[in-house]
Amino acid sequence: MSTDQRPADALPVVTASHVNRPPARFAGVRRRVMQFFTMPTGVFGAVVLVVVVATAVFAPLIVPSAALDVTRVDGPSLHPPTAGYPLGTDQAGRSVLDLVLWGTRSSLVIGIIATALTVVVGTTIGLVAGHYGGWVERLLMQITDWVIALPGLPLAISLAAVLGQGNTSIIVAIAVTSWTGTARLVRAQTLAVGARSFVERAKALGATDGQVMRRHILPSVVPIVLVTSTLKIADSILSAATLTFLGLGNPMDVSWGSILNSALGQGALTAGAWWYLIPPGVAILIVVLGFTLCGRALETIINPRMGAFR
Amino acid sequence: MAASINDDASLAGGAITVPPARRGRRISGGYLLRRVLLAIESFLVTLVIGFIVFSLVPSDPAQALSRAQAVTAQQMADLRKDLGLDQPIIVRFFRFLGNTFTGNFGYSWEFRQSVGGLIASAIGPTLLLMGCATLISVLLGLWLGVRSGWKPGSKFDRFFTGTAVTLWSVPTFWLGMMLLVVFSVGVGPLPRIFPAGGMSDPTVDPSGIAHILDVAHHLVLPCLTLVAVTFAQNLMIMRSSLVDELGNAYLTTARAKGLRDSEVRRRHAVPNAMLPAITVIFLQIGGLVGGAIVTETVFSWPGLGLLVYNGIKIPDLPLLEGTFVIFSGSVIVFNLLADLLYRVLDPRVKG
Repeated sequence: MSTDQRPADALPVVTASHVNRPPARFAGVRRRVMQFFTMPTGVFGAVVLVVVVATAVFAPLIVPSAALDVTRVDGPSLHPPTAGYPLGTDQAGRSVLDLVLWGTRSSLVIGIIATALTVVVGTTIGLVAGHYGGWVERLLMQITDWVIALPGLPLAISLAAVLGQGNTSIIVAIAVTSWTGTARLVRAQTLAVGARSFVERAKALGATDGQVMRRHILPSVVPIVLVTSTLKIADSILSAATLTFLGLGNPMDVSWGSILNSALGQGALTAGAWWYLIPPGVAILIVVLGFTLCGRALETIINPRMGAFR
Repeated sequence: MAASINDDASLAGGAITVPPARRGRRISGGYLLRRVLLAIESFLVTLVIGFIVFSLVPSDPAQALSRAQAVTAQQMADLRKDLGLDQPIIVRFFRFLGNTFTGNFGYSWEFRQSVGGLIASAIGPTLLLMGCATLISVLLGLWLGVRSGWKPGSKFDRFFTGTAVTLWSVPTFWLGMMLLVVFSVGVGPLPRIFPAGGMSDPTVDPSGIAHILDVAHHLVLPCLTLVAVTFAQNLMIMRSSLVDELGNAYLTTARAKGLRDSEVRRRHAVPNAMLPAITVIFLQIGGLVGGAIVTETVFSWPGLGLLVYNGIKIPDLPLLEGTFVIFSGSVIVFNLLADLLYRVLDPRVKG
């Protein structure tokens, strides 16, 4: 939370008995954290995410690397779930459970890196546009409008195809197609903050544009950006899964999208191998739901007016 | 259920016909011209962006191409000439512009035929699939949105908003694959009900009623997939638009006149709420092409999306370029229509 917002945030804390005591540092943050824990959906989302992240981090301990190597597994091909293979096997005889657990890593990492890139690009453009105004703003916002008008998936496919198969292409393709929302949001927020008197004061004291943007405007913009990025990670993971499913990912990588891609390409569909299809899809659904629930709860806390639907 | 059928009919009517008082509203020629020029401008910008994207190609396309299949030296030379990589960038740009406006997007590397021809034969199936899915998804979304938004927080509202939002988080391609496994391969005791892919059965006579029924039979699953993942946003738009109207005094007036609840909703609240909803929905239609690409891929529906998927593997750049231009163009056309529609529907927007 920005220190400049502190007095307003801390208002309820101030009672008659200690009027003169300055409000506790981070009182606003603490209050908002407490508020988050009163929201069942938000807490549920957070618990889901903790489990998913733990799975991604500890996947190498749970899944032996030999279990993913097609040349070193000895399971039956496309076999329905059994005691030894709780979620059945794929064409090569690998355990679907192992594949899905391992896939958490790549799916999550791509989603998070792509979102981080999206947010950095969007925030920079929005901040510069909102702060400088004039022709800089008009140019940047015009570019933003043009990119918004482009169809997202076809652009992402084209970009990733031109850059060649691989995770970097997917990350770049997602960032290029989805920074616009953040840029608009940050510009609006920059305009609102820039009109406040503490920014004027900083300018009057001789702060450079860079200092004003970094030290005064950015801290007020960061909370709302972080909240929207929680929601954006869900979108990025879905986009990444879609692009990988279409065959644009790194072919050596195991991710939820690539599992479904091989299910489509290698006959699991026509064999009716439902056990091979359900787990990766459910995994995507769980993660997307986790980030969405968390993001919505945070959004309600940051901006109570948006709380009508949750 | 009779009431709900009525609502559906009134909704469909409300979406298409304009109430008498508003009929005859005209868009001024000047505005139309300006708006069309704006659309042309954004199409040109799209072409520039597309050109930049496709110019990022690795300097030697041999690398990108030979990875997918064996290519002879002669083919490589042909491809380099095809790409025109030896020419200055400005020449390439104008050639690209010329290609776009003549509808000749070059020669597909994957299919060994003209991209323009491929697109021409694929555009019909895509329009059929998208048209059916959009129509059903809009009608269903509007109807459920009206019912949910009229009594927000009711059981009906919670059930359908919950379902819609959950389906919205489902990856389209995964839902399609699940439907395909369940209904056209058959799981356990379930028989196969629908065909597994394609648009028609080659053994069925390609003319007459039998062919139409056959195509409809093939259409069911892809259409269902698209509707399931897209009706959520129509529902949410209509719902929130109607919720915004709820507190208004004119509804109290209508009730005070003695109108029944369903009449207040149908004749007063819905027409007002419909206005912003229809515009936003129209704006979203362009965004549905992404869903079409993956759905066509899963169901081997012979449209533009399947072309894109087949072009990814090589990658077939002329084909991807051509389809990108077509997709962007259609998004711009839909945005233009949404803008014009809004001006026809809303008497307050002027100048």
